[in-house]
Amino acid sequence: MKKTLGNILMGIVYFVLYLPLIVMVFFSFNSGRGTTVFKGFSLKWYAELFSNSDIMVPLRNTLLLAALAAVIATVIGTAAAVYIYYVKSKAWKNTLNTVTNIPMMNPDIVTGVSLMLLFVFVGRLIGAKNSLNFFTLLIAHITFNIPYVILNVLPKLNQTDPHLAEAAQDLGSTPTEAFFKVVLPSIMSGVTSGFMMAFTLSLDDFVISYYTTGATFQTLPLYVFNMVKKPVRPHIYALYSLIFLLVLAVLLFTNISGMKDNKKKKNKSK
Amino acid sequence: MKKLIAILLAVLMTAVPFALSSCGSDDTSGEVEYRAEYTRDYEGTSINVFNWGEYISDGTEGSFNVNKAFENLTGIKVNYITYDSNESMYAKLSAGAVSYDVIIPSDYMIERLISEDMIQPLDFSKLTNYDLIDPQYKNLYFDPDNKYSVPYNVGLVGLIYNTTMVEGTPDSWSIMWDAKYADQILTFNNPRDAFAIAQFLIGVDVNSENKADWDAAAEKLKEQNSVLQARVMDEVFQKMEGGNAAIAPYYAGDYLVMVENNPDLAFVYPKEGTNIFVDSVCVPKNASNYDAAMMYINFLMEPEVALANAEYICYASPNTAVASNPDYSYYEEEILYPDPENLPKTEYFHDIDPEIRSYYEKLWDGVLLAD
Repeated sequence: MKKTLGNILMGIVYFVLYLPLIVMVFFSFNSGRGTTVFKGFSLKWYAELFSNSDIMVPLRNTLLLAALAAVIATVIGTAAAVYIYYVKSKAWKNTLNTVTNIPMMNPDIVTGVSLMLLFVFVGRLIGAKNSLNFFTLLIAHITFNIPYVILNVLPKLNQTDPHLAEAAQDLGSTPTEAFFKVVLPSIMSGVTSGFMMAFTLSLDDFVISYYTTGATFQTLPLYVFNMVKKPVRPHIYALYSLIFLLVLAVLLFTNISGMKDNKKKKNKSK
Repeated sequence: MKKLIAILLAVLMTAVPFALSSCGSDDTSGEVEYRAEYTRDYEGTSINVFNWGEYISDGTEGSFNVNKAFENLTGIKVNYITYDSNESMYAKLSAGAVSYDVIIPSDYMIERLISEDMIQPLDFSKLTNYDLIDPQYKNLYFDPDNKYSVPYNVGLVGLIYNTTMVEGTPDSWSIMWDAKYADQILTFNNPRDAFAIAQFLIGVDVNSENKADWDAAAEKLKEQNSVLQARVMDEVFQKMEGGNAAIAPYYAGDYLVMVENNPDLAFVYPKEGTNIFVDSVCVPKNASNYDAAMMYINFLMEPEVALANAEYICYASPNTAVASNPDYSYYEEEILYPDPENLPKTEYFHDIDPEIRSYYEKLWDGVLLAD
């Protein structure tokens, strides 16, 4: 009895959670352009996406930015996590952890505005005409991604045996070899989840991008936001349906393979 | 290992649009004939165009892709980015951190940009298509000597109503206060436009510098709270098309889009008067590629280009070559191009003294709180 009630409640929660997405996907197949009248099934908005439309420019920008920012943030964040892990002094370690957390707690708007002020200040100092550009946007995205990578990698490091790297070095590997052949593989799942998180955060960031973008580069969230005066065109629904589908595929895949990994580990420990 | 595949998927996601964009067709060039001559003198340079969202024909649904056609014609790369309001455009521009070559602000914002010395005069000797602009949109108040701007779009606010829900044919803004239609009325979700309706109704100047006038309008707006369903911007399309509201003020061009989805809708210019706006093309002081910008502005006035934009945006075009073209979907459309004689008085918004501006913004907060 309790269980069915629980299940019903869960059902309702998930239904409400996913309803907006379902509506969006549904209307992406509308042959008309409104979201109130369904005029008939059609794939024309998907065809629209892949034909001549300018929507591909902001989409490409967003994906390029997210991929670059995620890769760089993952490298820097992993390195930082390893450093924090090996720090001996307790006080220093706590300080570092707090400093890592602050940018995450900070409202986006504060991060965005302060980064913009910094970029403009430096830009004026070196006399640049465009002190905001693709690189400032990239730096901003790397900045807000790094703490999330650290937060994903550090717990993995804490789970590993601190003597692993030392053992590897005892057996004749250089410190670099020990890191890449022993430490890194054992924290790889943390690194990948950090990367995925950074990638998705970059993908849909609006506020920070709003303040730090320049005159030549616009991301998809900004592009869509600026359509306020006119109704959003259905090919945007089609685009977001596809993005949702891809994200879903990636998540399903990582979860299923994660489940298999866990099973393997359980079998081994038996 | 399998997580690696997840990363590969992410990379694939990134790669797909690159592959697609490289094989995208460029069929917008060719056939079109242009009035002016375009050299390839600036080939390899780029211009930064800063425009409203959804405010140019961009190739969707088989329309003409203005930016791509310009790139093919001149070899100048167009970096096209958008903004959502005059104010956010102004914020970006006044931060001085970025150099834009072409911007398209509205009338009152142009007045402010001129007074703050942020835009520069255009070289009309290079704008050979300027003679196509309707004289009634030249020498407007914000640019009396026609030095800084070229009109791009013209629009009028009017009253949209659902004929199945509203009795008779309304002709006054007062219907937006009618208790009979309680919870069926929408209004603008921004202070300037919402105040304007109250100001027309009680008969005070929309550009008044007198605080008492704004107080009176704010009182009028508070009376409206009890009958309002919502304050909206683009949500108005959904609500009116779906028959979820009976009455809403919005732009004439947007009504023409709505009525395609809901033939029960009708439109009227209320007798007390209404707001008219002109969005014009300007060049900021710190532009980096002035000559290419002139070429772009001239290109926007090409009959074919202006026609494509007018079809896409649905607002009235100040370009005589568009309005006189029988192939134009809105050729002699009376709502978009009303006969001035049938039109009540129209008022432009002017740039308002900052003190008055912050005063009415405070009043607006009061109106919202009284809800």
